[in-house]
Amino acid sequence: MILAVAIKQVPNLTDDLEISADGTGLDYDALTYVLNEFDEQALEEAVLVKEAAGGSVTVVGIDTTGELDGALHTALAKGADRAMKVTGDFDRDLGSEGQAQLLAEAIRPLAADLLLTGVQAADDRDGQIGPRLAALLGWPYVGVVTHVTPEPGCVRVHKEYAGGLLAEFVVTLPAVIGVQASHQPPRYAPVSKIRQIAKTAQIESVAGQGTPASSSSVRRMFKPEAAGQAEMWAGEPEEVAGKIATLLTAKGLLKL
Amino acid sequence: MAVGLDKVKPEAITEERQLIVDGMDISGHWNRMFEQRVIWDYDTSQLDRVTDLPGGESLAWCYGCAKCTGVCPVDIVGDYSPRKIHRKTQMGIDLFESPDLWLCTTCRNCLRVCPKEVDMIQIMPAVREQAVLAGSVPAELQKAFEDTAKHGNPLGQPQRKRADWIKKAGAPVPVLKDVKRPVDLLWYVGSYPSYHPRGIDAAAAAARIFHALGVDYGILGIEEKDDGDSQRLAGEKGLFEMLAEANIAAFEKYTWNRMVVTGPHEFNAFKNEYPKLGFVRPIVHYTRLLVEYLDRLRPMLTKPLNLKVTFHDPCYLGRHNGEYDAPRQLLRAIPGVELVEMGRCRENGYCCGGGGGGMWLDSFTKAHTTMRLSERRVREAVEYGADVLAVCCPFEVSRFEDAAKSTGHDRLIVRDILELLDQALEGQP
Ligand code: SF4
Ligand code: SF4
Repeated sequence: MILAVAIKQVPNLTDDLEISADGTGLDYDALTYVLNEFDEQALEEAVLVKEAAGGSVTVVGIDTTGELDGALHTALAKGADRAMKVTGDFDRDLGSEGQAQLLAEAIRPLAADLLLTGVQAADDRDGQIGPRLAALLGWPYVGVVTHVTPEPGCVRVHKEYAGGLLAEFVVTLPAVIGVQASHQPPRYAPVSKIRQIAKTAQIESVAGQGTPASSSSVRRMFKPEAAGQAEMWAGEPEEVAGKIATLLTAKGLLKL
Repeated sequence: MAVGLDKVKPEAITEERQLIVDGMDISGHWNRMFEQRVIWDYDTSQLDRVTDLPGGESLAWCYGCAKCTGVCPVDIVGDYSPRKIHRKTQMGIDLFESPDLWLCTTCRNCLRVCPKEVDMIQIMPAVREQAVLAGSVPAELQKAFEDTAKHGNPLGQPQRKRADWIKKAGAPVPVLKDVKRPVDLLWYVGSYPSYHPRGIDAAAAAARIFHALGVDYGILGIEEKDDGDSQRLAGEKGLFEMLAEANIAAFEKYTWNRMVVTGPHEFNAFKNEYPKLGFVRPIVHYTRLLVEYLDRLRPMLTKPLNLKVTFHDPCYLGRHNGEYDAPRQLLRAIPGVELVEMGRCRENGYCCGGGGGGMWLDSFTKAHTTMRLSERRVREAVEYGADVLAVCCPFEVSRFEDAAKSTGHDRLIVRDILELLDQALEGQP
């Protein structure tokens, strides 16, 4: 089975995030990047599928940070067979729409049977890359998946629903899967191995065609503002209950 | 004396088909006789796999004298020593897959006594590195590797909070990024003193002592990362190199004369391992630094503690770097401290179990030994009637405190020497 995994880097949330001077995004020079944790899960699931069914895994990302090589080397150390990056003059906050366009162009020639990607990412939280890729490639999409089992001509997947419900789908190939969690925790890639690979590995570069336009833009980005404050009332239950009733009446929430 | 006895050749033996002696039938028959097997009769392929690795060579030199078995701290709570590893590997056991691979704490006591210089400090990291590359690592150790790779410290705490402890120091702690001038000493604080609650106690005590003495120093704060040496000894050499490169870049950003280090592992790393990467600067452990200041420190130590104190030599300060006296000089300078030595002290000091990755293999080691090394040590401290087990390695405080609890010796107090000095310092509550 030919597998592809679409990955991206996101700001490292263990760092302090700063808002940029113009107030519409993050101060990208002040942060470090890590691989989107859902993409890490997608990669693990892809490697597990490869180990079960044979085939190859190609990892593809758009180099918006100039630091994607590190993430690709790590992916190779974890069991991917090929690594590709789409290069070009891209904004650091290139949205899901633009990412999906560039990724689809890079992935189409791979003739993959199955494309896995993280179901969402901490930077935009819109969960759009998977479905958009599926639309652009004309393939079916299943998201919030926690288990992929390869079968002849199809995959059987577990999709999580709210309230602890789980559904099983059989998806014909080719298909796009948005991975919530791999069925085994992502393996550790020893830094020793990553460093060995970094010395020898070939990363294939694909030039991205133009700068994709985005149909939405951020008008203002800001840290959560504290809304009001809490007041603690101590005293006898009757007394406190009286105070609560008076307050609720004053706010028009209670009619006596 | 056996003079002139001819050797009996098997062919010359008369074999009785049936023999009855005093009415008892003692007939037997020859089956087989064995000679001692000579060494080249063994299949040495497993041993070769170890000795073919750069660093693994010396395992082949073992001639089985067993001096190491007598001093190995793991053997005291289990079944372990270089001799045993050599023998098992010679007999065909795969060290790369054996739990034995993870039990050595690299304490160096075997190397001290080995006439053949069989060097576990080289052998273990070499074999472990192959196991790590092959992905067979105990889960808890792997977690520590992951946390170190992601966050720059094995506790998995955020890098940006590395200097948060200074709010609890009770004395100003200059951060080099802010002081903007050369300092006499760069203080490498270390991961456990920066993040672990009991480590922070020691770091805060150090900050107060440095302040009282007027030491001119600065710390790296959030520019500091774990030294990585214990991860290297546990087999993650690449991680060590990555951290060392980042640390060396941070060290070289500022101007300072000497580096003072809280922990013996980090001290050893900067003194003996970082020079291999081109970083050669004067390094001092905090105990030696404070001995230099002792004439000024002693008059400030005015509050008698009235405690019977015993001292645990850290393997990486003592055996690895030959420093046995500085910690003792500091303890003797504290009024009211009666220093008692445990049987296993100085060159033959016992090991807390935390070295060489043992810090992150607690459950694993526990499952393959009769008790934790820290538990064995705590029992020894109690046998010698100590009120306080004094240490000067940030790995040890939490290890020994846990061990004191788990062995029911809750009354044993575990303190870093820094904390004891701070307690005796004038003007401290
Ligand atoms: S002390 Fe050295 S030579 Fe003797 S048994 Fe131990 S490892 Fe072998
Ligand atoms: S270094 Fe220490 S723990 Fe390891 S084998 Fe030698 S004596 Fe035992």
